[in-house]
Amino acid sequence: MTILQPADAGEAADVIAWALAEKHPLEIVAGGSKRALGRPARTEHTLDVSRLKGIVDYEPAELVLTAKAATPIAEIETQLAARQQMLAFEPPDWRALLGGRGEPTLGGILACNLAGPRRARAGSARDFFLGFAAVNGRGEAWKAGGKVVKNVTGYDMCKLQAGAFGTLSLLTEATLKVMPKPQAACTVLLHGLADEVAIPTLLRALNTPHEVSGAAHLPASLARRSGVAPVAGGLGAVTALRIEGPAPSVTYRVGAVESLFGRGDRLDQAESERLWTEVASVAPLLGGQRHTWRLCPTPNRAGAVVQAIRDRLHSAEALYDWGGGLVWLNVDGEAGRDGGATIIRAAVARAGGHATLVAAPDAVRAEVPVFEPVDGALDALQARIKLGFDPGGILNPGRMWEGR
Amino acid sequence: MIKMPAPDRGVLARRAKIVDALRHIVRGEGVIDSDNERRAFECDGLTAYRQLPMVVALPETTAQVSEILRYCLANRIKVVPRGAGTSLSGGALPLEDGVLLGLGKFNRILDVDVENRCAVVQPGVTNLGITHAVQGQGLYYAPDPSSQIACTIGGNVAENSGGVHCLKYGLTTNNVIGVEMVLMDGEVVRFGGKHFDSSGYDLLGVMVGSEGMLGVVTEVTVRILPKPPGARALMIGFATIEGAGDCVAEVIAAGIIPGGMEMMDRLAVEAAEAFVHASYPLEAEALLIVELDGCEAEVDHLIAAVETIASRHGATSCRASRSEEERLLFWAGRKAAFPAVGRISPDYYCMDGTIPRKQIGAVLLRMQQMQARYGLRVANVFHAGDGNLHPLILYDANKPGELDKAEAFGADILRLCVEVGGVLTGEHGVGVEKRDLMDTMFNESDLNQQQRLKCAFDPESLLNPGKVFPQLCRCAELGRVHVHAGKLRFPDLPRF
Repeated sequence: MTILQPADAGEAADVIAWALAEKHPLEIVAGGSKRALGRPARTEHTLDVSRLKGIVDYEPAELVLTAKAATPIAEIETQLAARQQMLAFEPPDWRALLGGRGEPTLGGILACNLAGPRRARAGSARDFFLGFAAVNGRGEAWKAGGKVVKNVTGYDMCKLQAGAFGTLSLLTEATLKVMPKPQAACTVLLHGLADEVAIPTLLRALNTPHEVSGAAHLPASLARRSGVAPVAGGLGAVTALRIEGPAPSVTYRVGAVESLFGRGDRLDQAESERLWTEVASVAPLLGGQRHTWRLCPTPNRAGAVVQAIRDRLHSAEALYDWGGGLVWLNVDGEAGRDGGATIIRAAVARAGGHATLVAAPDAVRAEVPVFEPVDGALDALQARIKLGFDPGGILNPGRMWEGR
Repeated sequence: MIKMPAPDRGVLARRAKIVDALRHIVRGEGVIDSDNERRAFECDGLTAYRQLPMVVALPETTAQVSEILRYCLANRIKVVPRGAGTSLSGGALPLEDGVLLGLGKFNRILDVDVENRCAVVQPGVTNLGITHAVQGQGLYYAPDPSSQIACTIGGNVAENSGGVHCLKYGLTTNNVIGVEMVLMDGEVVRFGGKHFDSSGYDLLGVMVGSEGMLGVVTEVTVRILPKPPGARALMIGFATIEGAGDCVAEVIAAGIIPGGMEMMDRLAVEAAEAFVHASYPLEAEALLIVELDGCEAEVDHLIAAVETIASRHGATSCRASRSEEERLLFWAGRKAAFPAVGRISPDYYCMDGTIPRKQIGAVLLRMQQMQARYGLRVANVFHAGDGNLHPLILYDANKPGELDKAEAFGADILRLCVEVGGVLTGEHGVGVEKRDLMDTMFNESDLNQQQRLKCAFDPESLLNPGKVFPQLCRCAELGRVHVHAGKLRFPDLPRF
């Protein structure tokens, strides 16, 4: 077991060239906070890029930030906050979910293409990824995209790199589009809605012109576990709608949303932030022995998908975000050896969408395809793409799919 | 002029047979081989480049597209896909030995799904056609390239089209959530759908902006959005370009992302005013149009904030629209800027670089110096909010050598954009036009990696070859692995 820690992109390229020559597959890590995401790594050697860190350039008026791959997200968010800006895709902190301890980094968030509750309105990490420098599986440094907010020069390689879990190239530096932080925020809570009423309500809210930037539903058992008093103290399910923007606009739109959906509690800015941080990190679902699934169904089918699963797996608990477009699902031991995969994937397939097994014992993650399996022409295409970037299978082999 | 790949004489010799085979796949009037009718397809919006295609096929079903591509692969025939042909970069320029595959008959809206905020449409539906289909329900499709009345969503996907509103609402890539497409081997695949994200690599993201070189899109699922309740525009004149540029930077730095923020220079303002009489301030060196949208409380609040910033930066005039008619009038000149410039010059050549906003003043100054050198004038119209320039180089194609001069001038402008930290194209695509400038932005490794992606989709390089890359793909060579065997070359590296 060797851990290699290059000091710069040049050394990282040397490490990969060596690994290719010696046929030593590498697990790529930086902070290590999401090491348990995906299929378990089985490499002898680790490429630890945590020394590739630091903000290279930040120009608030250009809405552009460039940083080395292992720069902690916390450091970036602190710098942005000082200029009233933010990462609009709201990178979530999954450490508690995954049992990870290290520092979440820019490279990790991009490699996993994560996004928090603002996803439904603003997009995911991939939507703010403007350009990068990387090293492919041949040990060649290469770059793509640019450092401006609008660019269509060449293929959009950022999209491919985001969500590739480090299997195509090692990211060494990335440029992101950043956005102004809303001046004010307020969350409207609706109490006591059943799932089958709540999901259509969330979707209707997203369809109003009031720019709802968070639309989540916590059934009663989850709402009770919230650390936000008006959520936990409501003694029932909580449906949450977030409104952000200039203060006078927020005041008006909160009133407009309440007039459409009824008056509930209002969370002020600080409480609102706490609730959405909880939702992003899936906090209300944590604890105990569990298999945690992340479902992305066709949004208006979310309730039906969960009901179909619950008919077979009675213990299933669900947390809804993105207006139903994201369902976090916990199932316990009754799920059996496949963690509930067969039942869950069949239900999601009927609705259209995909399911990822995010947290489960290593043995289950090694057995069950963690990501929704794809087959036929699509699978063959993905294999050809991998081969074009990493012909020796050096970079995070097996992290996404068995055998490559 | 840019060289296209040499035609395959063997394919040309088999033309009659190929036309025949295509007629077996697409019956009736869907195959065009007469000189006259092919003429309609000889160029796109980059009219300086023309080439009669070998034959035109206009399929109506995904199965036909699949069969055509399978036939072309088996017979090593090049294929150029085409939507409405409004590309400004020559993305749909035909090849002498290629099949031009027109998707115009794919013109149906298949599904408007209000609850899931999306619409499923065929690629030949126009950009504006989508909004027309959903506006009765208070919804619209956000990206709005200025050709939106004619351009198709399939073409928008190929080019990752932008528009005035993409500063706030994103480009095509941020507003398309699924496609069905056919690979060169005839396989039909789907990326994305009505749900968020996908399993595996983000091939949807890769398809958008791939300039018709990876596959032929046969269905598109787009995000539709609730229409903002209101919008007002500000028309602000400045005595200097720098003042206008600084104002733009401060608006953004103040946390305001306008629905649109456009700048025009003096020559463009004069041309537009003479054309549409929008009462633009003719004394201004630069004119900004800033649109704020949202609820009334938000719009009023932001209008006041932008007015304050503008006056701090020496605005010489500032008017806020007081009615919808007035707002549209402010925009009329900007939207008609290209044809307006067409009235003061026999021809113009539209460029499309993006630069960091802070470089606006410096770049415009350098462009003025270049005008003197080339003896050609430039009118500037651009998306100031995102630094996307559209210099219009005025020339007369009937004067010998003037087109070459305009092209050389344009290339210099794009090199300048890259030099100051920008890029070759913000929304029009590389196509043929900027192909040979790619090496100003990318080195050989960068381009090789992009081409390896191309090879995964189209190993024989038959789909739209001659576009984007200065050199044709050499898939076999690019796939070769060169191993530098030997020892670990980094003795000082910490290891545990």
